Amino acid sequence: MNLTLDIWRQKNTDTKGAFKTYAISNISEDMSFLEMLDVLNEQLVEKGEDPVHFDHDCREGICGSCNLFINGRAHGPNIKTAACQLHMRSFSDGDNITIEPWRASAFPVIKDLVVNRGAFDRIIQAGGYVSVNTGGVPDANEIPISKVKADQAFDSATCIACGACVAACKNASAMLFVSAKVSQLALLPQGQVERKTRVERMVAQMDAEGFGACTNTGACSIECPVGISQDNIARMNREYYSAKAKSDNLE
Amino acid sequence: MLLNSKIPEGPLTDKWTKHKFNIKLVNPANKRKYDIIVVGTGLAGASASASLAELGYNVKAFCFHDSPRRAHSIAAQGGINAAKNYQNDGDSVFRLFYDTIKGGDYRSREANVYRLAQVSVNIIDQCVAQGVPFAREYGGLLANRSFGGAQVSRTFYARGQTGQQLLLGAYSALSRQVANGKVQIFPRTEMLDLVKIDGKARGIVTRNLITGKIESHSAHAVILATGGYGNVFFLSTNAMGSNTTAAWRAHKRGALFANPCFTQIHPTCIPVSGDHQSKLTLMSESLRNDGRVWVPKAKGDKRKAKDIPDNERDYFLERKYPSFGNLVPRDVASRNAKEACDEGRGVGPTGLAVYLDFRDAIQRDGKNTIEAKYGNLFEMYEKITGQNPYEMPMMIYPAIHYTMGGLWVDYNLMTNIPGLYATGECNFSDHGANRLGASALMQGLADGYFVISYTIGDYLASIPIERINNDHPAFKEAEANVAGIITKLLIIKGTRTVDSFHKELGKVMWDYCGMARNAKGLKFAKEKIREIRAEFWNNVNVVGENEELNQTLEKALRVSDFLELGELMIDDALNREESCGGHFREEYQTEEGEAKRDDENFSYVAAWEYTGDNQPEALHKEALEFENVKLTQRSYK
Amino acid sequence: MSWFTKAISSSLGKKFVMASTGLFLIIFLLGHVSGNLLLFKDDGGQAYNFYAEFMTTSPIVQVLRILTAASFILHIIYSILLTRINRKARPVEYKVTKPGANTEWPARNMGILGTIIFVFLVIHLRTFLYEMKFGDVAYVDYGDLGRVKDLYTLVASTFSIWWYSILYIVMMVFLAFHLWHGFKSAFQTLGMKHRKYTPAIEKAGYAFAIIVPAVFAAMPIFFLIKSLG
Repeated sequence: MNLTLDIWRQKNTDTKGAFKTYAISNISEDMSFLEMLDVLNEQLVEKGEDPVHFDHDCREGICGSCNLFINGRAHGPNIKTAACQLHMRSFSDGDNITIEPWRASAFPVIKDLVVNRGAFDRIIQAGGYVSVNTGGVPDANEIPISKVKADQAFDSATCIACGACVAACKNASAMLFVSAKVSQLALLPQGQVERKTRVERMVAQMDAEGFGACTNTGACSIECPVGISQDNIARMNREYYSAKAKSDNLE
Repeated sequence: MLLNSKIPEGPLTDKWTKHKFNIKLVNPANKRKYDIIVVGTGLAGASASASLAELGYNVKAFCFHDSPRRAHSIAAQGGINAAKNYQNDGDSVFRLFYDTIKGGDYRSREANVYRLAQVSVNIIDQCVAQGVPFAREYGGLLANRSFGGAQVSRTFYARGQTGQQLLLGAYSALSRQVANGKVQIFPRTEMLDLVKIDGKARGIVTRNLITGKIESHSAHAVILATGGYGNVFFLSTNAMGSNTTAAWRAHKRGALFANPCFTQIHPTCIPVSGDHQSKLTLMSESLRNDGRVWVPKAKGDKRKAKDIPDNERDYFLERKYPSFGNLVPRDVASRNAKEACDEGRGVGPTGLAVYLDFRDAIQRDGKNTIEAKYGNLFEMYEKITGQNPYEMPMMIYPAIHYTMGGLWVDYNLMTNIPGLYATGECNFSDHGANRLGASALMQGLADGYFVISYTIGDYLASIPIERINNDHPAFKEAEANVAGIITKLLIIKGTRTVDSFHKELGKVMWDYCGMARNAKGLKFAKEKIREIRAEFWNNVNVVGENEELNQTLEKALRVSDFLELGELMIDDALNREESCGGHFREEYQTEEGEAKRDDENFSYVAAWEYTGDNQPEALHKEALEFENVKLTQRSYK
Repeated sequence: MSWFTKAISSSLGKKFVMASTGLFLIIFLLGHVSGNLLLFKDDGGQAYNFYAEFMTTSPIVQVLRILTAASFILHIIYSILLTRINRKARPVEYKVTKPGANTEWPARNMGILGTIIFVFLVIHLRTFLYEMKFGDVAYVDYGDLGRVKDLYTLVASTFSIWWYSILYIVMMVFLAFHLWHGFKSAFQTLGMKHRKYTPAIEKAGYAFAIIVPAVFAAMPIFFLIKSLG
């Protein structure tokens, strides 16, 4: 198939970017979306032009590196599918495809479609862990956890931190990402000791990074490639209000 | 060079305990005066960084990804082994040890593997304490499943995303230490050289992938946890960025590379669909429990699968291995699929695939039963291929999955360069010539959480506490070396893309050093790789400049190292005149066409020493001694 | 800042204010619509006028009125504060968006809907509350029962102006959309979500969003038809 691509090109964080149009032909429907971009990049390099930069690594939908806003949707038109799992059979000959980077002030563009998602790391550093050192922990079976709770915790823990929730949200809010981690640890007995401080700190860091607030539109959850539920946000809110009302933290 | 594996004296079961007592310790007040560099933030790197920082060392952790959490450990699906014997089915540390040694076709060190089995139980405790949501039974206790190469259920898992959950556990421990100020993370930073001073590893030179800045980092010790080199084949189940550069540059600075030809090929991957293919996706090997593998009997039969009657199908695994059938081990299944395709009986548009057919299973058990067992895998298959495996058979083909070879390390996980350690897939130590399923995660975390944190102290306590400044001439020399390579690449401005070289290399490696190898092919491949390498340095086109995010340059640097490693793999495969595990030399097979080991002449670790550009590498042998297991030949007929 | 002001100025704190004031206003709407049902009573407005008298004089109602006013004001202020954060969070807009693919129209347009409702609110208060309090609404004498302001006649005459009635009806459509999302959203924000009762809350929200504005809209329709007849 033959396609027209409208791709955001930006040399670096400090320069202004713009869309550039590329025509590409002989695309097989068996190609993944990223392989289609590989083909484009090979052609660009052969012409001596700088290829389109984009983040990608595992190409099986689990590392969370890929982050393309394709035709107005985070990760493209298919639900529960990361951009790397999207295949060209989801498009038709002659299609015009617009590819943009995630747009959020907390995710500054580094180059072309590559953005800096360090904010997510800093949010986890603010409290997204159980403070146990290596060694000296109890036997794994000394902490029984109901299957239902373990499964719920897993559903939250499955987040790949790609940032599609932020990209899809009209407010560029990171609530789904933050709430997934807060939920995982709030659901498990291991997370109880630091339950209140965790949510307080992570939310404070989230705010400091400049993400927007939540309007409960639900776009985040629908665009999430692993289907993290909005229930997590409700749980985080509950955790936060309860922590604010009851924690020992006077700050 | 004398290879001292430093395996402690005494009975197998006491070695690690005694060793922990005998090695030197660093006093808690002094730990904060030592700096440790950890390259890589996958399971092995993140767990090491976190554990060492908890002890009080200052850690600098490096990764080329935008976040430590993206390391390729995240993609591991199946599970992690541990000798917990929670299922009361007769598992024990010794049994896990024995299965791993046997699975590795008797090409790994007894002492290392035994220690791995011992600490495996601690890993599960540690991960659960961190909040890793392992699968559980209704009673609230941990669930297990069985995996290839073992007769007990010892595999802990978190759905099909065990690697992700374990990595996020290690990443959370790492993040906590970043918050504590004990770990400094350098994302989007790639190690490009190792710095040695007075023979000891004292730091690394890196490139900031965003600004292109070449920087020096000094430390008292350097740990490489940089994963495997499967991407030398271009197509593999590895992530696009997985590379050998850090390990290879350390090799060029003197670290020995052990058993480079030991690579694992996984039989059930989604086949290549065309020249555009960038990577391969694994399908769980559990599918072979119900799927039947076949190809048409006639060459070039282009009919649709359902139009080929049963008497014109060749269920070749069932035919050749009546007792194991479709459940033969990974290497056997892979080789037979390749053979069928080489005969021209492969299916699909490229002819490089065999059918994995669920028709009979669906007729026997009903669609619902099959859906309950494999629904998510069928869905994934359909997402990638656009075909419905309930209606037409899946097509599969083997693909490179894991590399057992790696930097040579002693019992302390230290390479032959004092102060340079290698952990996880990056080293060669625990899997011999073949790795069992669910053992990679176990080894990465064992090394990082429970081995390196002890053994590194022994070394640090023996060296002066003074820091070495990173303006030492050795750093300047290494920086100049790195800058030189980059400049050299950037000024070629030839006519071919980096990927075209990488693909060409990968094809040679796959054709001649893949599932089956022979001396003639290997010799041809060696010449071919030299030609590709020569052309690469004359004709590659690396666009852009150094002082920016330049993914072409990143790739070029990695491919330049693969082009050298590839040749060493060929040398190693040529040298090893036997068949064992993932290494199958066609000249050395039993009458039934199975792998034939030569324990008399090849029961050793082949450790290769770099001797200079385009010079043959020097081989050093570390003899493998087996005191606790009896060596036997495998048979699956 | 104290822990409280800090908590309330966080993104989740602001959302808490939005949701709790929103819920209070929902309760207010319920009260308002119930009371105004007296307009439909066929007694020439007597019951309604006494009800209006009660509402403007009862001390408890005055407290509620202050709370309602405060809720409106906080709801508006915090929506502005949140909108500012949200705008700042995405300084560069996408070139192509497909909002319909993953969101409902009301959810995306709460700000616009709220602004329209605010304009309506000003008009509404000017027309009725202001007149009742400070204007010269005529008194009506119900003998022994007493003498009260005849708000009923004001309502009836106002709604016999056709374009004014239409304005009200249209405004109720906007209110319906605002409530459609706002009702369930308030519960989600407050963390009240559970598989057991969330489906019921959502259904109640949709019912509320349709019925309450519909009943309000029935009032101008009622008087318009009456004036024509």
